[in-house]
Amino acid sequence: MAEGSHAAAHDAHDAPRELRHHFVDMEAQQEASALGMWIFLVTEVLFFGGMFTAYVIYRASYTRAFEGASNLLDLKLGAFNTAVLILSSLTMALAVWAGQQGKKNLIVLFLTATILLGGTFLGVKVIEYKQKFVHHEVPGPHFVVPEGLPRQSEMFFSLYFCMTGLHALHMVIGIGLLLWLIARARRGDFTPRYNTPVDMVGLYWHFVDIVWIFLFPLLYLLGRHTL
Amino acid sequence: MRRNESDDTHGHGSPGAYFAVFTALMVLTAVTLWAAYQHLGIWNTPLALAIAAAKAVMVALIFMHLRSSPKLTAIVVATSIVFLAFLILITLSDYLTRPWLPIYGR
Repeated sequence: MAEGSHAAAHDAHDAPRELRHHFVDMEAQQEASALGMWIFLVTEVLFFGGMFTAYVIYRASYTRAFEGASNLLDLKLGAFNTAVLILSSLTMALAVWAGQQGKKNLIVLFLTATILLGGTFLGVKVIEYKQKFVHHEVPGPHFVVPEGLPRQSEMFFSLYFCMTGLHALHMVIGIGLLLWLIARARRGDFTPRYNTPVDMVGLYWHFVDIVWIFLFPLLYLLGRHTL
Repeated sequence: MRRNESDDTHGHGSPGAYFAVFTALMVLTAVTLWAAYQHLGIWNTPLALAIAAAKAVMVALIFMHLRSSPKLTAIVVATSIVFLAFLILITLSDYLTRPWLPIYGR
């Protein structure tokens, strides 16, 4: 009965079907969603922040080991991945823009491009991880301290795998969300009036890009001037 | 909640702005790569972080529409930076000052 009366109230105001009854209008609903997403991203900042704090402390304690171990990372692949991720942020921003226009085909096109770029990033990451296993630079029983480096270089690689691994996990989740968006876009869910999910996943994707923007110099570039 | 004055179409960015930010991000990536090989003493990392921060600000303002978002959103974002600073600085105030004290187990 209550359901029915809500529906009746909506019909009376000719409200869009995507509008939940506790919001005044679509704009208020969209802004509430965006605020909620940003608050989630704040918790993510602190989630990654714990690892950045560990990094700062150990790097301050074992500077030489960190610089030496950092130079063992493949800078070409790291720089390539940075460019790929920035490009994926561009295609994501364009997907959100297409969502605001309600252009179904463009949304699908840009989301697909974003997925392909995200997949490229993860593929390159797999190559990098494999190199580390081959060279016994993965922390654990098979770790071999690289020649001429203090043994604390193992700590650098622990942080490298934790930080890039957590970042990669976020990428995998992001790709899952993008696939879900593509399915919804193809169904014709997104219009100029309602495109909140595209916008919210966009915020998430750009956040993951920002994390990498900090990870790249902190992990790949810290010791290059000592070469 | 009201949007800021600087609204363009629907308070959001345009493809032109996105391509401009993309170009700037790529240029800054090249700059940070070049800077990493320069001998700047203790300033290598601060410079790298400054460039990364500039890139992050551009992504947040334009790609994430922070520029055209309600002020409340900006406050939430500022909160994250404040608490991240607390997390790192207060932890460091412990770790970096331990050698000052002749205490066992430091």
